[in-house]
Amino acid sequence: MTATTMTTASDARTTAARVPGNPFAVVRRALVYILLSIAAFISVFPFLWMIVGATNTSAEIIKGKISPGGAFLTNAMTFFNQVDALRIFWNSGFIAVVATVLTLAISSLAGYGFEMFRSRVREGIFGLLLLLLSIPFAAMMVPLFVMFSQAKLVNTYVAVILPTVASIFIIFYFRQATKAFPSELRDAAKIDGLKEWQIFLYVYLPVMRSTYAAATIIVFMSNWNNYLWPLIVLQTAENKTITLILSALTSAYTPDYGMILFGTVLATLPTLIIFFLLQRRFVEGMLGAVK
Amino acid sequence: MAGWGFIAPALILLGLFMIYPIIWSLWMSFQVGKGMNLSFGGLANIERLTKDPVFLRALGNTFTFFIVQVPIMIVLALLFAVALNDSTLRFRGLFRTAIFLPCVTSLIAYSTVFKSMFAGDGVVNQTLMALHLINTPISWFGDPFWAKVVIILAITWRWTGYNMIFYLAALQNIDRSIYEAARIDGVPAWARFRYLTIPMLKPVILFTTVISTIGTLQLFDEVYNFTAGSGGPSDSTVTLSLYIYNLTFKFMPSFGYSATVSWVIVVLVGILSLIQFLVARDRRSA
Repeated sequence: MTATTMTTASDARTTAARVPGNPFAVVRRALVYILLSIAAFISVFPFLWMIVGATNTSAEIIKGKISPGGAFLTNAMTFFNQVDALRIFWNSGFIAVVATVLTLAISSLAGYGFEMFRSRVREGIFGLLLLLLSIPFAAMMVPLFVMFSQAKLVNTYVAVILPTVASIFIIFYFRQATKAFPSELRDAAKIDGLKEWQIFLYVYLPVMRSTYAAATIIVFMSNWNNYLWPLIVLQTAENKTITLILSALTSAYTPDYGMILFGTVLATLPTLIIFFLLQRRFVEGMLGAVK
Repeated sequence: MAGWGFIAPALILLGLFMIYPIIWSLWMSFQVGKGMNLSFGGLANIERLTKDPVFLRALGNTFTFFIVQVPIMIVLALLFAVALNDSTLRFRGLFRTAIFLPCVTSLIAYSTVFKSMFAGDGVVNQTLMALHLINTPISWFGDPFWAKVVIILAITWRWTGYNMIFYLAALQNIDRSIYEAARIDGVPAWARFRYLTIPMLKPVILFTTVISTIGTLQLFDEVYNFTAGSGGPSDSTVTLSLYIYNLTFKFMPSFGYSATVSWVIVVLVGILSLIQFLVARDRRSA
């Protein structure tokens, strides 16, 4: 029912434009704005709550205080006293950046390869990969852990990064996007004597930068926020990511919410910054992928 | 030979870190024993599943999350996308960014925020009481029913915008003239939505539904953080993934049995995806 209300409302513009002051269309229009405003408010509220919370004491937060307070510096100092922030952010940042760069490189190569060099064998392999997409991580978790412990790689960055690097989802995404890559460009480059890897590097990559931007957001986000696998393989405090450290702080018997919310603001900043920097290209990039 | 060079690195990594562990785990699921002392047990693990109350709880909870959460989220995402696709709507960019924003947050940020918001005398209870919707505060995390509700709200909050972006992108690829033609022919708006928008978005809807199904069936992070790893109160929020984690890393390691539980997820995802494919195909021929 609401679904139809929404579309009719989105069409209201034409009716409303033709019949000025049509009360029905105006009401529908208003309804769309109200619903979207509520959704936007609910979406943004926890962010505001988090930022305001970082300035209040734990007791104030629990009481539901939603105005800024004066405990920001105390929260910051408690946080930096309890957490080796530099080290922890370095862990998170290093893992997320290296994983993102490798994932984009390897998965975009594969996406390009599958689309540009179609053959019966490769189509079969691609189909098999799509099937594997539905196998949950839980089914690989135990053998992966055993593999890395036998290789004596538990508690290393390598163990966190390697299993995420070849992402079927991102390969699929790049293959879909590559369908929109103009083949004339490739033909022209070939006539100019470029080798296939040069075409990829000097023609494909710059042309597809929106696709890369959208993929960067998705991959960086999922690596920065990754939880289960790092929780399993990173075992000593100095190797843990910010996500793991904050999780440990919240599960304390009486969590200091002011200090923790200060930490969560810090932990959210990198993904927020990347999102806002790449946002303009984001929808553009997604557009290519769902064609 | 051309072409293999491009896909080889991905195939090697996938083989090593995905296909090999999957085959290994399938083999493991037929083994019994503690730690690394495993021996072939045939179907013993499957038999154990049917008598394991925690497993059955986890299965039921996971299924509840899936049945309730995925449809709500898909419908909401579709609604927002259709509303935001209207080019005369003002503040579209602002609305879009706001609704997408939650999925940029780290899991831990949002679970902490939700935990403090839904605390006993937290902001949610206070608002509900101020609005006279409830008389006494709800013990969100102490009550089996409300604990599930908070988790469903949290996942919906976080992932609706993500799905919306897929629909929005797909909607922008639809040729406007189709709608114009339908409008001139006098097709009412709801019929245009039902017979034009939905069928054209079908591949994307199917894709997001399958991705969301996989995500919800693997639900771990939220539950682990909201309940400090317990899946409480009294196992009311324990999910299959949380149970696998506990079986492997918290209790006495039981690799074979936890591999069996993980294959339950594989089978469920397979069945549910198949149903979704069949439903999508049925509608097309109808």
